[in-house]
Amino acid sequence: MQTSNRVRGISVENPLLQINHLSTSFRIGDQYYRAVDDVSLSVNKNEVLGIVGESGSGKSALAYSIMRLHNRAKIEGEILFRGKDIMTLKNSEMNKLRGNDMAMIFQDPLTALNPLMPVGNQIGETLLLHQPNISKHERKERVLELLHLVGIPRPNYVYEQFPHELSGGMRQRIVIAIAIANKPELLIADEPTTALDVTIQAQILDLIRELKEDMHSGVILITHDLGVVAEMADRVAVMYAGEIVEIADVVSLFENPLHPYTRSLLNSVPAEGQDRLHVIQGIVPALQYLPREGCRFRERIPWIDPSAHEEHPELHEVEPGHFVRCTCFKQFYFPDKREEAGIYGNS
Amino acid sequence: MAILEVTNLKVYFPIKAGIFNRTVDYVRAVDGVSFVLEEGKTYGLVGESGSGKTTTGRAIIGLEKVTEGKIVFQGKDITKKRARTRELNRNMQMIFQDPYSSLNPKKRVLDIVAEPLRNYEHLSKKQEKMRVQELLELVGLSPESILKYPHEFSGGQRQRIGIARAIALKPKLIIADEPVSALDVSVQAQVLNFMKDIQKELGLTYLFISHDLGIVKHMCDEIAIMYKGRHVEQGTKEDIFERPQHIYTKRLVAAIPEINPRHREKQFQFRKEVEKEYDAAYDDYFNKDGLAYQLQKISDTHLVALPEKG
Repeated sequence: MQTSNRVRGISVENPLLQINHLSTSFRIGDQYYRAVDDVSLSVNKNEVLGIVGESGSGKSALAYSIMRLHNRAKIEGEILFRGKDIMTLKNSEMNKLRGNDMAMIFQDPLTALNPLMPVGNQIGETLLLHQPNISKHERKERVLELLHLVGIPRPNYVYEQFPHELSGGMRQRIVIAIAIANKPELLIADEPTTALDVTIQAQILDLIRELKEDMHSGVILITHDLGVVAEMADRVAVMYAGEIVEIADVVSLFENPLHPYTRSLLNSVPAEGQDRLHVIQGIVPALQYLPREGCRFRERIPWIDPSAHEEHPELHEVEPGHFVRCTCFKQFYFPDKREEAGIYGNS
Repeated sequence: MAILEVTNLKVYFPIKAGIFNRTVDYVRAVDGVSFVLEEGKTYGLVGESGSGKTTTGRAIIGLEKVTEGKIVFQGKDITKKRARTRELNRNMQMIFQDPYSSLNPKKRVLDIVAEPLRNYEHLSKKQEKMRVQELLELVGLSPESILKYPHEFSGGQRQRIGIARAIALKPKLIIADEPVSALDVSVQAQVLNFMKDIQKELGLTYLFISHDLGIVKHMCDEIAIMYKGRHVEQGTKEDIFERPQHIYTKRLVAAIPEINPRHREKQFQFRKEVEKEYDAAYDDYFNKDGLAYQLQKISDTHLVALPEKG
């Protein structure tokens, strides 16, 4: 255990969440395919871990695995929450944890809410499940407090409203209110602002940051938006095709990105003084057709000498706390010099 | 030369109620918007959801009935449906937001891309097939894919099929309604690069509708910021991003995530200040109905919605 922690670059003795060799497989036809492949990471208290990747990289599948919300998936590995393996918990025990000690903010607030129930009752339901002793009156007080906390104007009025009567930003705030109702120690936010406008996105991110500071929770923030990660995360894990390809603290990752995928992603975002954006060749292969041997990013960078890749790519610690998979990063370059600009222009 | 001039455009949707279904009020989706598109340039239309940016685009191409105002395209008044000649329609095309719902799933790529050609040009089967293959090559898809169906393509590829359809008739103006919002960053890059390339090649003019300021900054020469059906600010890219005058624009620009993690604390502070200013100065920038004032000229290129007194 000691050595494995060392390898994953975990400095704190007792992380809030420690995931060891987690794999999540889905059945397609009569075979299982790994959507999350041997992922190990940790989240500390008072820390935001950003997970970045494009659609199909397995980042949401990972989040659902941690919450054990998958119905039919095969999950292997260890998920230690406060040092206890939650993989072995019974469903009833898991229900006690979910929504109480660990909670999730879902991506699409319209499907996450019950359309037939006033939003006030939906928030109250979480309280009722985990704190059955408080009175009805107290519960309503708490809900109104939560509505106020997530920045909803006129909480008394909104309490009685149904999800369809609220705007997207308001609905997302309700989802957040439900997630934080019991002051969870671990908060998993799966693309919490993707469906929202920029000004509302800024408000919601502010809110998550404040909550983290108030409750000292650990936060896993899943997103495809590099700007959001740069603003929010303390550490960042980059996922590609089910694997973590790079993990580092946020400043190292943005100033010294190493893995070809990370560098390509950063170069495909519009930046100052960049006329052309970098395009990653090819497409993310479907789950069944993922290359399982060797470097998974190989096919997207065909101009790199095949011998640059490792046979069995591992995470290497390049600097303290900065891990990168495969050795191909040492020889990687962009074929088109104009795309070299990077996110900070030519500086 | 101006290819499109929009003057005081209004699009109202009636709200009907009561047993006689009488019109009780209107939703003023677009409420007096004027702007000019220069040929070969990209004009960005930015706003949050519900600001009326899509409705503006749809009214220009004729998918929405114009309540009031004037649209002049290539020197001809096309406000009335009847005035839209086939020739004018052909020069104006649209790229839709969602590549998953804007392509007919029952049609092959050949039929999707050839549809505009069949409407306007009488080509033989063989010529048609060749044109479609050329177009597909132009958008970076293999010519063999003409017999495939939309579901066999990824999101980025589908969006490129939509673009191939839009440029099939070599139009002069393309209205692109959030063309990359549904796509992943790397695919986004591909579509944006491609849109820039064909603009140079075909001399296209774009009306680029988007809520993503980063992308608008990358793509557009001139930008208009829209709020509740009105423009609050118009100007060149530099005017909007370096010298925003209206508090709403300032707030939008401040909300763009800072990509350099070292500057984030500064950005939070800045955002808080702007937010404070927004709350304090709201009444100075918006009238009693919460709508923007008339645009005032503050430089040759820069217009801001400020109250009369200035």
